[in-house]
Amino acid sequence: MSVPLTLLGLLEREPSHGYDLKRDYDAYFGRGKQLPFGQVYATLGRLARDGKVTAGDAEPGEGPERKRYAITETGKDEVDAWLAEPVIPEPHLQTVLFAKVTLALMLGKPASAYLDTQRAAHIRRMQELTEVKRRGPLIDTLLADHALFHLEADLRWIDLTSARLKELAEAVTNP
Amino acid sequence: MNIPAVPASASPGCLVTARDIRKSFGQTPALRGASITVPRGEILAIMGPSGSGKSTLLHCLAGIYTPDGGEALFDGRPLGAMSEAERTRLRRTAFGFVFQFGQLVPELTAADNVALPLLLNRTKRKVAYKTADTWLDKLGVGDKGGRRTGELSGGEAQRVAIARAMVIEPSVVFADEPTGSLDSLAGEHVMEMLTQAANEQGASVVLVTHEPRVAAYAHREVVVRDGRITGVEA
Repeated sequence: MSVPLTLLGLLEREPSHGYDLKRDYDAYFGRGKQLPFGQVYATLGRLARDGKVTAGDAEPGEGPERKRYAITETGKDEVDAWLAEPVIPEPHLQTVLFAKVTLALMLGKPASAYLDTQRAAHIRRMQELTEVKRRGPLIDTLLADHALFHLEADLRWIDLTSARLKELAEAVTNP
Repeated sequence: MNIPAVPASASPGCLVTARDIRKSFGQTPALRGASITVPRGEILAIMGPSGSGKSTLLHCLAGIYTPDGGEALFDGRPLGAMSEAERTRLRRTAFGFVFQFGQLVPELTAADNVALPLLLNRTKRKVAYKTADTWLDKLGVGDKGGRRTGELSGGEAQRVAIARAMVIEPSVVFADEPTGSLDSLAGEHVMEMLTQAANEQGASVVLVTHEPRVAAYAHREVVVRDGRITGVEA
């Protein structure tokens, strides 16, 4: 799970304060594990240094730092590239895929196309593993089977999510 | 590591083609403009959710259904321009079929079922049964030739169905959920034998399945959604 890219993605919706970003991150991606404030501001500082976000002047108010952050064109390009690039197919990648789908829907980007690209990457990997089963010893077949079943589980999730995109889009844009 | 290539026995040119095929059942559209090409020797998997139109597409390509619009071609010839007799001859001499539940003739033995397509093509009885035995042997059910289909396990019945499909040395095999009724291991053996037999013969296979592990035996995969080919090919 990439915290910087996820924060960038959240910022692409609208400029936000660090506090609001942390709240949304915890709500959508925290899965019971909260992002420390220190990590949020350190990450935003690095993103600003690298030209991916701009920080507004400090605003009066109580509590932690009151700067409003906005994503730059460089930051948007980075989010686009990350969303569009298929994740290396391997078991237990659902958290990354989940974040990508959720953010894509929030941002009105083509989640369906991203899922199709991922689906194709998975099938290609499954074709390779099937070839391993054909040519390799039984021990390789067992390992390939293990991977194939995990990839198949991912694919079933991808297919089901593809079928539910409309409902999911409503859920993340009108929580 | 490479994706399995179309075998060397494949020759260039498209054997099976769907051009913008449309097909409805009553008011319900099943295909809304599906186009695919299958080169000679290629194993193509057609995937998609239930009711997406994948089986309808296979039936149109095999000349079992007549499309409402668009056309299905075999070796460059539109099936719609052929007479029913020509299409029947094509199905008997160039097309092999494997369905989910084998669809063997229950009154006949396994050997009878495999020999039947040859007998219909006027092959001499002795030659037909000898060829059937060879195919049953090749598929690991050589000792089941005398059994009636009700006495075979699901996996054995599917192997007999593959033997029946391959015995005429078809140019293309249409397989609709060939492992749908089998457990994982039996399904794997059936796919291994189907693809190996097709590769050896240089036959194309159009494979409809909802199981990704089965589709992974194909050289290429397309997805049907809402009656159209969608997504990214793999």
